Amino acid sequence: MRAAGAILRKDLLVELRTLETVPAMALFAVTVFVVFHFALDVATLSGQLAAGVLTATLLFAAMLGINRLFVAERDQGGFDAFLLAPVDRSAMLLAKATALFVFLVVLELVAVPAFTLLLLARAIVPLLGSLALVLALTNVAFAVIGTLVSAIAVQGRARDLVGPLVALPLLLPALIATARAIGPVLALHGAAPPGRWLAVLALYDLVNVLVAYAVFDFLLED
Amino acid sequence: MITISTALALVFFYAPLDAEQGFIQKIFYVHVPLAIVSLCGFVLGGVFAIGHLRTGARVWDLRSYCAIHMSLIFAVAGLITGSIWAKASWGHWWVWQEPTLVSYLIVILLFATYQPMRFSIEDPERQSRYASVFAVVAAAFVPLNFIAVRLSVAFVHPRVLTLGGGNLPGSMRFTFLVSLLGIALLFATLMKYEMAAKSARSQMRALRRTLYGEDSLVAAGRSAAPR
Repeated sequence: MRAAGAILRKDLLVELRTLETVPAMALFAVTVFVVFHFALDVATLSGQLAAGVLTATLLFAAMLGINRLFVAERDQGGFDAFLLAPVDRSAMLLAKATALFVFLVVLELVAVPAFTLLLLARAIVPLLGSLALVLALTNVAFAVIGTLVSAIAVQGRARDLVGPLVALPLLLPALIATARAIGPVLALHGAAPPGRWLAVLALYDLVNVLVAYAVFDFLLED
Repeated sequence: MITISTALALVFFYAPLDAEQGFIQKIFYVHVPLAIVSLCGFVLGGVFAIGHLRTGARVWDLRSYCAIHMSLIFAVAGLITGSIWAKASWGHWWVWQEPTLVSYLIVILLFATYQPMRFSIEDPERQSRYASVFAVVAAAFVPLNFIAVRLSVAFVHPRVLTLGGGNLPGSMRFTFLVSLLGIALLFATLMKYEMAAKSARSQMRALRRTLYGEDSLVAAGRSAAPR
């Protein structure tokens, strides 16, 4: 547990000092909103379409974060150092997934207000609670699957290609659930997120956490 | 012997064809077994991968790779035959409202990434290990994906695909079961062929290496393919 905390602290400190990943993700998200404005040729969005645009943007911005997640470990011998330490290997999974979760939260703190300003047809403040709940569950799915895929991809040759390629199908059920959950929330008259989709997201998160915990150790062997 | 059984099963397949009405419907005997066998093959690939991760023996990784490779081919064939059937009977090549089709497509997309991912890793032992990890995750994904996609189709929308398993009259059911058996045997046969070919090639390369030294080996096709 302490090892995971140490790695997490290291990652957050590095990100805070270099500001490599998260600003790029946030900027990317805002730019994609502009792209969507032109691609769809609409001034405002609401309902399912708005949910789709938001979900897709968060997905692609998360891909940037996933690509960068293990690069420092790979290039600077972090994997070897970790293997030498007498700690449970799942600590790396926990630390990296939590770091990615934090990055995604910061991303959403920028992207959701930007989305409201640029594209949303209604006020966001009454919706923040439900939106935060759904996005928290989505972030867990992104974080766990993203960490797993990033660890697989970073050892290969075409890591920036293989990462998103493998992550996208794995994330599709989470995306379906997120978009469908947020759809009613962003509708003009607003509604609570359907419980069914929250349950699907939670179940998907749980299964993926268990599977990732089971297989991650094999990724770190030398 | 397996080949002979496959051939017999396929011959049987042709015999009761005259029991149905509507020629187009017969492609169902190819399409549904292909889909079922490919999905089972994907899950089997994951099971073999668990075997590889637990024992470290390379033969499990070979089995896992061949199972997934074969299943991918069968799955694409299933997709194409399904599309042909869809066009012939519903008038559309593809429908989004049908959860089985969409979840099948997502599974195919996932397993299509298996080979690019696998061959991007050069160290052979690491490649086998990472491929097994992927196979396990992907096999766990198959049922989850089906549930998620199925839930996304509104229940009020009429099911376009009306195939009640219990509605098959006797002769059709028999034909279906026989063709299912035939496709399953075909899968097993092809998988055994692929495994035999790969084993033979790896043994020959090991022999060449011993006899002629390291330099006599030319990288065979994809140098990182499991040997």
